[in-house]
Amino acid sequence: MADIELRRLVKEYPGGVRAVDGLDLTIADGEFFALLGPSGCGKTTLLRSIAGLETVTGGHILIGGRDVTGLAPGARDIAMVFQDYALFPHMTVRDNIAYPLRIRKMGRPERHAKAEETAEGLSLGGLLDRRPGQLSGGQQQRAALARAVACHPKVFLFDEPLSNLDARLRLEARTFLKRLQRDLGVTTVFVTHDQAEALAMSDRMAVMDAGRIRQIGTPTEVFQRPASTFVASFIGSTPMNLLDAVADRDTLRVAGTTLPLPAAAGPHVRDGEKLVFAARPEYMTLHREAEPTGIEGVVAIVENMGVGSLVSLEVPGGADGARIVQVTVPEGQEPEIGSRGWAVAAPERVLLYRHDDGELVGSERAGAGEPVLAGAGD
Amino acid sequence: MALTTSPPADLAPAREAATDAAGLGRVRASAFVVPALVLIAIFLVYPALWTLYLGLTNYRLTGIAAARPQFVGLDNYVRALRDPEFLNSLWLTLLYVIGSAVIGQSILGFVLAATLRTVPRVVRGVVEAFVMLAWILPSSVVAFLWIALLDRDSGTVNALLGTPGMAWLLEYPMLSIIVFNTWRGTAFSMLLFSAALNAVPPSQLETARMVGASGWQQLRDVVFPHIRGHVLTNLLLISLWTFNDFAPYLITAGGPDNRSEILPVFVYESAIFDGQLGFGTAISLLMLLINLVLAVVYLRLLRERRS
Amino acid sequence: MSPRELVGRVGFYVLIAVITAFMALPVLWLLLAPFDRTPTLTTSLPEWTWQNFAGLLDNPYALASLGNSVLLALGSMVVVTVLGALAAYALSRVRIPGRDGLLYALLLLSSIVTGTAAMVPIFLLMFELNLIDSQLGVVLVLSGGLLPAAIFILKDFMDATPRSYEESARVFGAGPLQILRDIVLPVVRPGIATIAVWTVVNVWGNFLTPFILLRSPDKSPAAVVLYTFYTEGGQADLGLISAFSLLYSIPVVAMYVFVNRRYGFRFHGGIKR
Repeated sequence: MADIELRRLVKEYPGGVRAVDGLDLTIADGEFFALLGPSGCGKTTLLRSIAGLETVTGGHILIGGRDVTGLAPGARDIAMVFQDYALFPHMTVRDNIAYPLRIRKMGRPERHAKAEETAEGLSLGGLLDRRPGQLSGGQQQRAALARAVACHPKVFLFDEPLSNLDARLRLEARTFLKRLQRDLGVTTVFVTHDQAEALAMSDRMAVMDAGRIRQIGTPTEVFQRPASTFVASFIGSTPMNLLDAVADRDTLRVAGTTLPLPAAAGPHVRDGEKLVFAARPEYMTLHREAEPTGIEGVVAIVENMGVGSLVSLEVPGGADGARIVQVTVPEGQEPEIGSRGWAVAAPERVLLYRHDDGELVGSERAGAGEPVLAGAGD
Repeated sequence: MALTTSPPADLAPAREAATDAAGLGRVRASAFVVPALVLIAIFLVYPALWTLYLGLTNYRLTGIAAARPQFVGLDNYVRALRDPEFLNSLWLTLLYVIGSAVIGQSILGFVLAATLRTVPRVVRGVVEAFVMLAWILPSSVVAFLWIALLDRDSGTVNALLGTPGMAWLLEYPMLSIIVFNTWRGTAFSMLLFSAALNAVPPSQLETARMVGASGWQQLRDVVFPHIRGHVLTNLLLISLWTFNDFAPYLITAGGPDNRSEILPVFVYESAIFDGQLGFGTAISLLMLLINLVLAVVYLRLLRERRS
Repeated sequence: MSPRELVGRVGFYVLIAVITAFMALPVLWLLLAPFDRTPTLTTSLPEWTWQNFAGLLDNPYALASLGNSVLLALGSMVVVTVLGALAAYALSRVRIPGRDGLLYALLLLSSIVTGTAAMVPIFLLMFELNLIDSQLGVVLVLSGGLLPAAIFILKDFMDATPRSYEESARVFGAGPLQILRDIVLPVVRPGIATIAVWTVVNVWGNFLTPFILLRSPDKSPAAVVLYTFYTEGGQADLGLISAFSLLYSIPVVAMYVFVNRRYGFRFHGGIKR
């Protein structure tokens, strides 16, 4: 068991590209931690740097208080599960699971006993004599996990552990993985580009972009209070509504409507400042009648989401013509295409971002623990 | 602040660490590559470069010129280009390459690849087995098979054609070795073309058939554009190989009267057999240059297709 | 079927029959003559006998030459597969500036500097190195010529092997040589087998290089000895030639069938030569 500490970590490739750019991060002992970001954001490089597969060009990596920056991957007491599982095709499942133990010079009977015990725990019991090529995707994943588990590492590293599974299996594996981690209590870092996966599985997560961490927090914090428009647009299965807005004394002008400026934001906003108004479709309601705090538009598209529907309102105005505001509506309340509607955001769910740098209004003081927007922190 | 306690990033240990997958590192990697490169350098690169120098001398294996080879400039090349025997050999080589590779092997190979697609499996297996056999049998074996086949007195060909006493190897030596090499090398063209034909999308052929294209039109408008690259690859490779083929020596030894003395045989006769190494090297260099042209064109094609 | 289609179909099969006859005719003698009590050059059904094979034992050179062929083929196979696999692995996994250029240059070189075109400089080089009439010399020359293509093809195999195999083993603490032995070698074994067979077939059939570089008949491989059987003066011993040809041909055919069965025919441009 160990915590992981990254100090001022830099990975610069020849040619000057910085995949990891001066990164500080502490992952607590036993935590299930997600590295989330779009492809090319440096999350995989970061994971591989922790594993020792990439040589960092600056900074330090500490695992359980021990500086492992200069150590070979095998000396770091970690186990990694690769995206393609990297099960050796010429070995049986038993030999695959026992391979790390063989490297540690454990005798054949002991390591086979250990492999069988681990496999049993991951319900691979009947498959020990098969080759990886004879396993299904889910079984392969569990075999790879068993191989990692069998060597009792201090830290697990998972690189996109679910991306090679088909959609139905993925949900199942998600639950399985989370339970496994909870049972073992081993500090785990996993990389994913799927925000739903990160939200569902992790205790805490870091959203990365261009080699830097844009936000660290629990899934709830990141989902409810994205630190920037980048995070806001990346998190959530339906994209967040982001609309240009202007502060006008104690009101906010957005998409032809005037809303009261959230009281908590007041002290941080200059009069006439350009802002971005943000509200998730799930946190907005659609009204058929005119509402003073509603954004008015015409229903353009209704998409069935199973439970409820996603309604796209075309809102006139703005320099670049019509804008779209999306609202989810409960089952059975879908509006007619072409009808008028007013989208009302729950006031405590509204977030404001600065137009120039995309940062959350008041976030510069968020560290002080003072809730800036009413109810936002719950 | 916590940050001040961590050392500045630029003081992090700078190590020469392995960046490859297995952690091999540069030193070991070099040790892996060097033996192969040394062998290639000595037995492939050095002979090629040495050819440039030797072709300018009167080097011989025995006699005065063996002890002190003299620089004779371009004499060997001038001599070669004026030597009717060399020019004859060059002409025969051209005939040989065009006759057996460009025409013989590629046409027969294409016909086989195209026809064998539609015949029963058994027939296909038998025909392919014989074609492959001709390709993989050692050259000294197949050479004798053709000597036997074309024998004047009891050759099977004469028995079949009813031409007793016909000495094919003496009367038509070039035709004999051209037919021989067509027979021997067709397998490559057949394999390449059948791979190419398999890559033609059936949907395109079906579309062509639906709009009423004839067999010939389908071939011209659908099949050929797909296999054009393969045709070129095939022509270059089999030309290169045929140009460097020494097997005819085993059948006719260049005779009678140098009438089948293609360049490889000519080089052997003049350099190794007669010992005129300088002159032979000059011819070798000309062969290397022709090879270079064919190979450069081929590799450019290969590289284009890979990228 | 309309009459026209019928004629077309018949013509089609006549064409195939003619081509098959052309391809098969020369080989039939090889299959029949060795078993004929009185072999002639004409292809005919044999009066069955094994005596031609027994006759091989009386010839001082026949069986010894097959031994020499085995020696040359296995020697080259070891050199080409070991050096080729090591080089291909390093080139596949370690970033070396100009690597692709180097590979293409080598491939180019090996197709240009053929045994035929470079026979004079190679002969002279071996003369200077005192390797004339040495089987080691033949092995080195043939290996040098085959190595570039072998490296190229093996590198393709190595490139197709995911790096995560090795990385995974590395994370578990395996050292580089351990990884090579436990993971890489078993995974690329089909590629190495292909190259091994390819080398053996090439060397087994090669005539020119041993013909030029070896002087003593007792060092010559079967390719050269067979040639002397049918070119030396006097009446050719057809029983000896046919039986020896067949015996000498069987290994390459067997290896071809083996590779074809085991790994399928992989179409690597120019793998034959």
